[in-house]
Amino acid sequence: MQVNEKNFQPKIVAFCCNWCSYAGADLAGTGRLNYPANVKVIRVPCSCRVNPMFILRAFQKGADGVIIAGCHPGDCHYSTGNYYARRRMTLLFSMLDYLGIERERTRVEWISAAEGAKFAATMNEFVAQITELGENKRLEDLRCKK
Amino acid sequence: MQEIISVMKEKAAKLLAEGQVRCVLGWKRGEFFYESTPAVFESAEELEELVYDDFCGPNLAKYLIRECAKEGKILVFAKPCDTYSINALIREHRVDREKLYVVGVECAGNLDVNKIRAKGLTGLVGFEDNGDTVTVKTLYGDETFEKGELLLERCLCCKGKEHKIADETIVLNEENTKTVGADRFSEVARLEEMTADERFEYWREQLSRCIRCNACRNVCPACSCIKCVFDNDDSGIASKANTDTFEENMFHIIRAFHVTGRCTDCGECSRVCPQNIPLQLLNRKFIKDYNELYGEYVSGEDSESKPPLLTFTQEDAEPSIVKERGNC
Repeated sequence: MQVNEKNFQPKIVAFCCNWCSYAGADLAGTGRLNYPANVKVIRVPCSCRVNPMFILRAFQKGADGVIIAGCHPGDCHYSTGNYYARRRMTLLFSMLDYLGIERERTRVEWISAAEGAKFAATMNEFVAQITELGENKRLEDLRCKK
Repeated sequence: MQEIISVMKEKAAKLLAEGQVRCVLGWKRGEFFYESTPAVFESAEELEELVYDDFCGPNLAKYLIRECAKEGKILVFAKPCDTYSINALIREHRVDREKLYVVGVECAGNLDVNKIRAKGLTGLVGFEDNGDTVTVKTLYGDETFEKGELLLERCLCCKGKEHKIADETIVLNEENTKTVGADRFSEVARLEEMTADERFEYWREQLSRCIRCNACRNVCPACSCIKCVFDNDDSGIASKANTDTFEENMFHIIRAFHVTGRCTDCGECSRVCPQNIPLQLLNRKFIKDYNELYGEYVSGEDSESKPPLLTFTQEDAEPSIVKERGNC
């Protein structure tokens, strides 16, 4: 089927920290809060585990948006992981922007295990934003697209 | 220049003869006069080949890693900007300070043979440095240029003539302690001013020329992992089939990201690129960003301080700042 503006369904990859956002997603589920099925959650042990290459690779393989969800600064299960992640992601996002890639496609959010509502709201908002932005053309790699 | 070479040779020969050092790391003439290559000298006879002139661009720091794995001390000649890289490698415990004997040599800036060729000169046979001007000798006659016109991009933004690490220095001409440095971030700032579409076009045009020769990786002193992510066939960046996909961008983002905070901005990546891609502009973007966000940090100024990505403060900016601060 030809993808056009009307039937475009974005692919979103969400890297969720095992100790907070992943449980937050769970809470959103048990609380019966809706969030779009476009979001594919990948569980990571800490937001700090997210190698910048994971993000680029997700885009290369056809993701339209990537979101990293971790514990609030100060609440990291491993004490300091998210502080390092914060610096890395800031520099990476800035570099993507420098290369002319839409800055709305990447995002970092801090979502705790108790914030099921925030998880659902964030994902709803992010999916709406990416849907509006349209297909990821600048980061795609045709060989990787299935 | 002849003068300093004899001082360098004398110094090296003396330390070799005394057995204070096992080998000497320097430069020797390549196939052409403008191709000086790094070389290891182990005896006084071999030292005859040592050269030092405006084309001795190669940063020798990287070669110390392999030499340090062997027994004995190494004498290494270092230009001021090379000393930053040596410091950075000491900080990362890739080279052992105890095994080094660093001799800082004066530097009058390195010349870019591509800029000479761009002047339309062919049949290059030699050159003469007259201080502010350079006379290029060709088969068809000599021509003289302002030195500034022929300097490597990195030397136009020279970061200083002071040796950051040295057991002794050889500075014969006091003129060579002056810095001419222009603002190294001006080009990055110019790109930041562009719209996202323009930046995308600019980088696609630049990076699509990449032939994935890996020279930028291989020459970089900071990029010295024994196992490299780019050697992995499954990395998604090892195939080099199309030139107009994200693969190119990805390779260069990763390359620059891996040396963020460790890169000393020595400019070897730009110098060796056979396609003349301004790779330094990627590294400098990271440097500019962490300077602005986390405070000034000069990698290689000393051998102890922590690079910005290995430390943090609780008040660091959120990643959303990229969006908030507007244009780039």
